[in-house]
Amino acid sequence: MSEIVLSATPAHLRHGSNIGQPLTRRDGILKVTGGARFAADNHPPGMLYAVLAVSSVARGRVAALDVAAAKAHPGIVEIMTSANKPPLALDPDAKTNPFMRRLELLQNDRVRYANQPIAVVIAETLEAATEGAALLSPRYEEEAPRVRLDAAESFVPPAVGVGHPSEAEIGDVETGLAGSLRRIEATYETPTQFHNPMEPHAIVAAWDGDALTVDTPSQGLAMAQARIAELFGIPAENVLVRSPFLGGGFGCKGLFTGPQVLGIMAARLVGRPVKLVLRREQMFGPVGHRAPTQQTLRLGTDADGALLGLSHHTRTASSTFDDFFEPASDVSHTLYASPAIRTSYEAVRLDTGTPTFMRAPGEASGSIALESAIDEMAEACGMDPLAFRLRNYAELEPISGKPFSSKALRACYAEGAERFGWKARPLRPREMRDASGLLVGWGVGTATFPALMFQGQARAVIRKDGTGIVETGAQDMGQGAWTALAQIAADGLGLSMEQMEFRSGASNLPDAGIAGGSAHTATAGMAVAGAGADAIAKLAALATGDERSALFGAGNAGVIARDGRLFRRDDESRSESYADILNRAALAEIEGRGSSAADPIAQANYAMHAHGAVFAEVKVDPELGQIRVTRLVGAFAAGRIINPRLVRSQYYGGMIWGVSFALHEHGEIDPRSGRPMNPNLGEYHVPVNADIPSIEAILVAEEDRHVNALGIKGVGEIAITGTAGAVANAVWHATGRRIRRFPITLERLTEPAPR
Amino acid sequence: MNRFDYVRPATFAEAIAAASEPGAAYLAGGTNLLDLMKGGIVRPGRLVDVSRLPGLGAIEWLADGGVRIGALVRNSDLAHDSEFARRFPAVAEALLSGASAQLRNMATVGGNLLQRTRCAHFYDVAGACNKRAPGAGCEARGGEARNAAVLGWSEHCIATHPSDFCVALVALDAVVEIAGQGGEYQVPLEDFHRLPGETPGQESVLEPGELIIAVRLPAQAASFSRHARYLKIRDRTSFAFAVASAAAALRIEQGAIAAARIALGGVAPKPWRARLAERALIGVGPDRTHFDRAAEAALADARPSGDNAFKIELARRIVARALALAAAGTPARLPALPGSPFSPVAGVLHV
Repeated sequence: MSEIVLSATPAHLRHGSNIGQPLTRRDGILKVTGGARFAADNHPPGMLYAVLAVSSVARGRVAALDVAAAKAHPGIVEIMTSANKPPLALDPDAKTNPFMRRLELLQNDRVRYANQPIAVVIAETLEAATEGAALLSPRYEEEAPRVRLDAAESFVPPAVGVGHPSEAEIGDVETGLAGSLRRIEATYETPTQFHNPMEPHAIVAAWDGDALTVDTPSQGLAMAQARIAELFGIPAENVLVRSPFLGGGFGCKGLFTGPQVLGIMAARLVGRPVKLVLRREQMFGPVGHRAPTQQTLRLGTDADGALLGLSHHTRTASSTFDDFFEPASDVSHTLYASPAIRTSYEAVRLDTGTPTFMRAPGEASGSIALESAIDEMAEACGMDPLAFRLRNYAELEPISGKPFSSKALRACYAEGAERFGWKARPLRPREMRDASGLLVGWGVGTATFPALMFQGQARAVIRKDGTGIVETGAQDMGQGAWTALAQIAADGLGLSMEQMEFRSGASNLPDAGIAGGSAHTATAGMAVAGAGADAIAKLAALATGDERSALFGAGNAGVIARDGRLFRRDDESRSESYADILNRAALAEIEGRGSSAADPIAQANYAMHAHGAVFAEVKVDPELGQIRVTRLVGAFAAGRIINPRLVRSQYYGGMIWGVSFALHEHGEIDPRSGRPMNPNLGEYHVPVNADIPSIEAILVAEEDRHVNALGIKGVGEIAITGTAGAVANAVWHATGRRIRRFPITLERLTEPAPR
Repeated sequence: MNRFDYVRPATFAEAIAAASEPGAAYLAGGTNLLDLMKGGIVRPGRLVDVSRLPGLGAIEWLADGGVRIGALVRNSDLAHDSEFARRFPAVAEALLSGASAQLRNMATVGGNLLQRTRCAHFYDVAGACNKRAPGAGCEARGGEARNAAVLGWSEHCIATHPSDFCVALVALDAVVEIAGQGGEYQVPLEDFHRLPGETPGQESVLEPGELIIAVRLPAQAASFSRHARYLKIRDRTSFAFAVASAAAALRIEQGAIAAARIALGGVAPKPWRARLAERALIGVGPDRTHFDRAAEAALADARPSGDNAFKIELARRIVARALALAAAGTPARLPALPGSPFSPVAGVLHV
């Protein structure tokens, strides 16, 4: 987009075409020099600061707010409450499609969860607004909150995730289990987890009459624009959402959230631009989380270790007022072959904020349980865990029966195992020690994530000076979209990166779809490639139809676009530059359009997933229980890799999150108050550098002719899956203790074994 | 943030006068106080910034072989002072096991002694906490008690003191020098922090306006330098407060323990000196049986304050391990992971 200007020539060289090259991030210099402007860095003239006042109870109603005391504080401009909030055109509790959240926009005095916004204080300074929020001293009529999975009656949710059926089945699992020679049954628990991107949700909103400009991090610009427009009853074209950079998203910036809308309402109320940034502790409630789960796995095998039945049942939770059910059981649909598989769900409603997509929603929490259970089953069969996985390798997607569009998982297992040295692993646990006597364990986990695509659009322009412009409203949330998509765009136009301007990150550009579901590169990339191809086709038509062109008459032979020139495909000595073609035609520019969507025929006929295998080594102090991951090797196959450097980074990030899932992350909620008790990065633990000593990601070659024309599957989420289970399995192998409640903590390893 | 006065005194006398007013608080490194202010946990009406007071930033070697550490010496400067680390290796190891490099560069010696608990309920301003609001009640009782005390706690407060530094200091008989309106005085660190009893808000012996000006380690503390370690068990490898920790220092003469120093962290409202355990080691050989016995003695009075019974056995094992590490000898270089069980040690330690 036009706001993003490279401050220096990228410090990389290009070899051949752009796709496949390990280019460094185009925004890297901007970011390390402070030149990248994130949402909260914007300060339009006259801007005021808004601070949320949030509820300290989880269930009840706000009985009183001392608005007078807050208003009397110097610097306070306005207090927005349910009494004076600007009108909305749509009920915040309306839900017209599954890709929207029911919002708390001060519509009444009800409190539905702790940290729910109950007022917005607007002031000349952040400090005044913060103090004003404290001075509101809310009084509540409090009811006993329900915050644990056992706190309410369960029901079967009508759907899980987004529109996934809450039951799926092939064969008869009970018969399969009854006929099994060996069986295991185990229940695994995963905790509430909160997304904590470095950049909290933030918005700077400026109204100009009925037109609105907002700077806010968003993983879905067009969706954000539409949501704002419908809430305020204005045309979508009146809303400009700018989100050139996100300081991490991880799913919590996917669907537009209440605090972001409150910032816009505050600006409307005071008639001045307003900035609202969530405090870290306010990230623990109103912007989504990963719901806790209890997952019961029942597996059975024949004498050879072949699965005869696999049942995966998940109990999870949504809020009292909205639906998002962590689809944890669904991971069992795809990974292991069994004649009988059943996945099922039950859920409760709790006095918490509404859960949402959190990196690998369902797959992450489901995978740690499934991969642990598979290991337990392998142990029961006396088999090596990797051999057991290979024994139950799914050649067809088990429940659907479809062939895979591509599946290089065997290669992932082989390359990962070779690199890790897996074959030296003793079968029994607690048999390896290091030189200091620490217990050492090795574990494996299979990684999987669906290859999705959304709908996207792009525009490409070739100008008469031979340079190009490519536009799509994509979102760079640190993953490198701005670089990878520009690589595709440059190849699409047959230009070098330097000859082309890539514009992205604003809602007035073509809709690039959502940066979620690991589908952004495929979705926006296909649109970008299509726009380039369209522009090149128009340019080629100009040249091949013009007697004055060296390419005249090459229409049947076709042309190749490269380095700013069109070449005759069958005779590359005949070529012409883009500039010459346009100048001769007296055109200032030529424009192409592209769009993308999943191919319904391919989807009907193939199962499409990325795969991987992760191998983990942990060390455990046998007496003290402290755990450290000492080695991680992941091997992943995800179709065509646009930029191996960025993809490796994505895998690293996912693998580190897998360690976090297995050993660290845990939202502590006090069952008496319903309040998060560790709402800060000091106590909500994620791994630090010392927790990640050695990590390797192998990019396993895979060609996929069906997912999309570029063969892109997506890499954003897969590496959490597999890794979390591999770490848990390694802890078992080190200690002989199977911990089924995550995260695995030191006291769970040192407490006496339950009998 | 509430409005507050900010004063930057030029002399001790000015500082003490300014801080004697009700609601005043000293500001040094600010690594704890500013967080507490931003969270609304404390709301001082006046900050007395002592960070530029002269004469508090030196590490002075005393004629008798002891050391006097100015209250404004930064944690990192002290830990990386090679002479200090050579004579008091367990103290350096404790310092470097705490917080992050950035925090250690800001945090001061005096401030470390006065840092507040990490009890989640102390930070939960909507809930009751006797430390924050005397008489309000203690929601940590029956609540999240994983990080709560198993020694020295009362029905009114089960919070722990989170310092690593103080654990090693109290083991080595550190003395706190204090300046107040009545002049200067000193108090052993072991007596500096108060147990909560019925008044958990009163965490130290300091009276209003009193200022820590230095911490002294006696010459005798250096006599343990060949056998002194700090061991800290935590939920991740770095940048986490101790679930439990121990400092152990031994003087071994002709194969027998001539003197022992043991203190525990993360298990009590103050850095917890284990004198009974020390006595149990005098004259015996430095072996596992005796270390286990000492560990038993160190935790003899422990009782869970909630769902944290595991900490008692864990702390016993940490004491025994710290003693074993100390007996094995202070490493020539501080380990890359100070205080961590993942620091490699010579020889097989675990069986």
